[in-house]
Amino acid sequence: MKKGLISVLSSVISILIGLIFGLLLLLAVNPAQAFPKFGEMLVAGFSSSAKFAKVLYQAAPLIMTGLSVAFAFKTGLFNIGASGQYTVGAFCALACGIIFQMPWWVCLLASIVAGAIWGFFPGLFKSLFNVNEVITSIMFNWIGMMLVNLLCMNLKNAAGKNVMLPTAWVSSPIKDRTAALSYANPKAMIPKMGLDKLLDSNFMNISIFIAIIVAVIMWVILNRTTFGYELKACGFNKNASIYAGINAKRNIVLSMVIAGALAGLGGGIYYLAGTAEYTIQKLLLPMGFNGISVALLATSNPIGTIFSALFISYIQVGGESLQPVFAKEMIDIIIAVIIYLSAFALLTKTVISRFVHLDKSNVNAEPALTVSPKTDEKPTLKESEGEKA
Amino acid sequence: MSEYVIEMLNITKEFPGIKANDNITLQLKKGEVHALLGENGAGKSTLMSVLFGLYQPEAGTIKKDGKVVKINNPNDANALHIGMVHQHFKLVEIFTVLDNIILGAEPNKMGFLQKAEARKKVLELSEKYGLQVDPDAKIEDISVGMQQRVEILKMLYRDNEILIFDEPTAVLTPQEIDELMEIMRNFTKEGKSILFITHKLNEIMAVADRCTVLRKGKYMGTVEIKDTTKEELSRMMVGRDVKFEVDKGEQHLGDVVLDVQNVTVPSKLHSNNAVKDVSFQVRAGEIVCLAGIEGNGQTQFVYALTGLDKMSRGKITLCGHDITKAKIRDRSKLGMSHIPEDRHKHGLVLDFSLEQNMVLQRYWQPEFQKFGFIRNKEVRKYTDRLIEQYDIRSGQGAVTTARSMSGGNQQKAIVAREIDKNPELLVAVQPTRGLDVGAIEYIHKQLVAQRDAGKAVLLVSLELEEVMSVPDRILVMYEGEIVGEFDPKKTTVQELGLYMAGAKNMYRDVEKKGGAEA
Repeated sequence: MKKGLISVLSSVISILIGLIFGLLLLLAVNPAQAFPKFGEMLVAGFSSSAKFAKVLYQAAPLIMTGLSVAFAFKTGLFNIGASGQYTVGAFCALACGIIFQMPWWVCLLASIVAGAIWGFFPGLFKSLFNVNEVITSIMFNWIGMMLVNLLCMNLKNAAGKNVMLPTAWVSSPIKDRTAALSYANPKAMIPKMGLDKLLDSNFMNISIFIAIIVAVIMWVILNRTTFGYELKACGFNKNASIYAGINAKRNIVLSMVIAGALAGLGGGIYYLAGTAEYTIQKLLLPMGFNGISVALLATSNPIGTIFSALFISYIQVGGESLQPVFAKEMIDIIIAVIIYLSAFALLTKTVISRFVHLDKSNVNAEPALTVSPKTDEKPTLKESEGEKA
Repeated sequence: MSEYVIEMLNITKEFPGIKANDNITLQLKKGEVHALLGENGAGKSTLMSVLFGLYQPEAGTIKKDGKVVKINNPNDANALHIGMVHQHFKLVEIFTVLDNIILGAEPNKMGFLQKAEARKKVLELSEKYGLQVDPDAKIEDISVGMQQRVEILKMLYRDNEILIFDEPTAVLTPQEIDELMEIMRNFTKEGKSILFITHKLNEIMAVADRCTVLRKGKYMGTVEIKDTTKEELSRMMVGRDVKFEVDKGEQHLGDVVLDVQNVTVPSKLHSNNAVKDVSFQVRAGEIVCLAGIEGNGQTQFVYALTGLDKMSRGKITLCGHDITKAKIRDRSKLGMSHIPEDRHKHGLVLDFSLEQNMVLQRYWQPEFQKFGFIRNKEVRKYTDRLIEQYDIRSGQGAVTTARSMSGGNQQKAIVAREIDKNPELLVAVQPTRGLDVGAIEYIHKQLVAQRDAGKAVLLVSLELEEVMSVPDRILVMYEGEIVGEFDPKKTTVQELGLYMAGAKNMYRDVEKKGGAEA
C-alpha cells in the first residue's frame, strides 16, 4: 500500500503549501491580525460542537459531488456537470416532499433518479456521437438550473398558488425560495436520530453517514466487482476493453448515470436537512464544482473523497471566522491554491516517490527516456526505443 | 588524427535499481558500417541517448576525432555532425518532403525562408546518393520506403558525418532492404561512418564491417564481421545457443476451423476498400501466415475477423458457426484468441496490474467471479500459474503494473493469456514485433505447439524470416488482395518479395510497369 501512502502524502503537501500561501496572503493584507486569525481559522471547526456539526453537515453533500466527479474520473470521463445534477436532484427531492408529501427516503430516491437522468444524456451523447462530455455537461448545468428556477416559480397547485413557494403554505412575503420543510412536510426531513441534541446543533442529521456508506459502496464497486473492473478498463484503455469484449459504449453511459445519481443524491441530502431552502439562482451552485476540488484532492479515490470533503468543509467553516477582519473570499483563494497544487498531484507523487526511493518497479523495463532521474532531461527528443515496433 | 571518429569510452549510466550501461565502449572508425547488436533492454537506446546528450553518463568519456567532447543536448550532437534515422520516423505528415528536410535548419534571410536554395541542395544530394524523392510530395502521400529516404536526406542536409540507423529495415521489402544496404555502402565510400542498430543478424552479416554486442547493459565485445558467424553473434547477444530453425512435428490436418469468404472491408482513409474480396480457409493443425508489407490491408482484415471493426461484405465461419456479425465476446466464446498487433493499444490495460490483465478476457467467467464480485484469490492463483508456466518476468509478480514490464514480458503475458484460453483458432498478429531473439524463439515454439495440438493458427507477419520458418502455408497480401499462395519449403524470399511489392499476382496478370523497382 505504499502507493496509497504516496497519494495521501502528496495531497497533504498540497494542503500545507496552500495554507502557508494563505498565511502569507493574510500577512500581506493585515500583518497585525494575520497570525491570530489564521490560528482561529485552523481550529474553528473544532472550537464548538455546533461548528463541528456544521462541518459534517456541509461535508455530506460535498462527499457526494466529490464521489460523482471521482467515479467518472476513474472511468475516464470528466463529469463537470455535477452542479446541474446536484440542482436537479435537489429540486426533485424537494418537489417530492412538498408537492407529493412523500417521506424523506422516497425523496432521496427521487433525487437519485433525477441526477441519474441528468447524467444519462451527456453519457449518451458521448457514447453514440462521441460528443465531449465536458461540453454537454456544462450545457446541462445551465439547462438544469434554469429549468429548476422555472419550475419553482411556476408549479401551481389546485388552488392556483405557487406550490413550491412558502406562500402556498404560510403567509409569507418571501418569493425567491422554496417553502421550508419544517411546515410544508416535516416527514421529508432527513432523520436526526438524536444527533442534533448530541452536538447541540440543528444542522446535524444522518446525512454524513449516508454519504460515507455510499462512498464505501462506490469503493467496493470500483475495486471488487466485475462491473468496476469493466468501468476502469474502459477508463484506462478503451481500445483494450473493446478488444476484451466489454461493451464500452454501454459503460460510458452507465458511468455517467451513476456519477449523476451520486451528485443528485448530494442535492437531496443537503436540501432535505430542512435547514436550507432552494433559492432561485442566477449562477450555478458551487457545490458541484467544489466536488471537482474534492475529487482532485482525493486523487479520485472514493474513500479519499470522505476525508478531502471533510477537510474542504472544515476549512470553509474556519474561513467564516476570518470575518470581518478579512474578506471571506480569502478562504476561497486558499482552497483554490490547494486545488491548484493537488492538480499537480502526479508531479508531486513522482517527486515524493523519487525522494523516498520507492520507484523501483521499473527494474525490468528498459528505462524510458521520459522518466529521467536527476539529469537535465531534454524532453524535446523522446526517442525511447523501449518499445520497438 | 585518431583512427576513430567517435569513441564512447567506459560509459556507465545508472537508473534507480538498474545499470543500463555498465562500462561500455564503442569505437566507430571513419568510413565503416558498425553494427550495434543487443536484445531489448540490453542498453542500446540508453547508449544512443548518451551520445545524443539526452542522458549524462555517471562515468566515461566521449571523444570526437580523438578530442574529448561534452554533449549536453541533441543540438550539441548535431553540431558534431551526428545524425539519426529513428525507427519511427519523425516527420510532419502534412508537410512536403522539402519542408520536412529543412525543418529545424531552415535557410533564411532576416527571417524569410529561402526555399529555392534548400531545394537545390536537396536535389543535389538526392542525385548524388541515388535517393530519389519528389520534394513537393506530402509525407502522408508517399510510401514508407520513401519516407525513410526523406529521413536519410535530413541527415545529409545537415552535413552529418556520423549516421545512426535505428532498426531501419523493419518496414522495408526485401528489394528495398537491398537498396538501403547499397546506399549505406555508398555512404561509407564517401567517408561517412554508419552506426547500424538492429536485431537482424543476416543484415549485419551482409553490410557491417564490425559489430559491438551488448547484453543486459554489459559490453560483450566488438568483433570483425568477416571473422565471425551468425551463431557466434547470437550466442554473444543472448548468452546461449539460439536455434534459428523452428522445429515442427508432422502435420495432422484436421477440419476447417476458419472459413473466410469474400471479405471486403472499407477503408477509413480513402474511398477504396482496404480489404478486397479475401477468401481462404485455415484448418486445424496448420499455421497459415498472412504476409505482406505493412499497410496492405492486413490490419483491417484482422479487425474485421476479430470483430473490432465491421466488414461491408463477405462471410466468416468459425468452427461451423457464422460469426460475420458476432460480438467480440461471442467470437471469444466460440474459440477465437487474438494476440493483437498493438499490445499497448489493444492487448493490455497498461495501468492495470499483471493479474488484472491476465483475466482481461475471462474475468466474467464463473472461475473468476461470484455474484459480480471478482474472486481475487482465484485471479492471483491463476496469474501465478501463468507466470510460472510461461516464464513471465516482472518486478513484483502478479501485482506489477503492466506499464513497468519490459516489452518482451508484456508480450509473453498476452501470449500466455490468449493461449491458455485453449482456443480453436489463434490469431497472432506480428506476435514477435520488437522482441529479441530469445523471446522470438519462445513465441514461435508456442505457436507451433498450438499447431501440433491440433489447433488452427493464423499468423500475420511482416518479418520475412518468420514468414519463411513458422507457417505451413503463406498467403501474400498486397493492396487488400491475396495475390499468391505459397509453400514455404518451395519458395524463396525473392519470389515472395515480388508478390509483396505488387509486381506479380498469381490470380491475375499484372502488367505494372517497373513494379519490381518499388
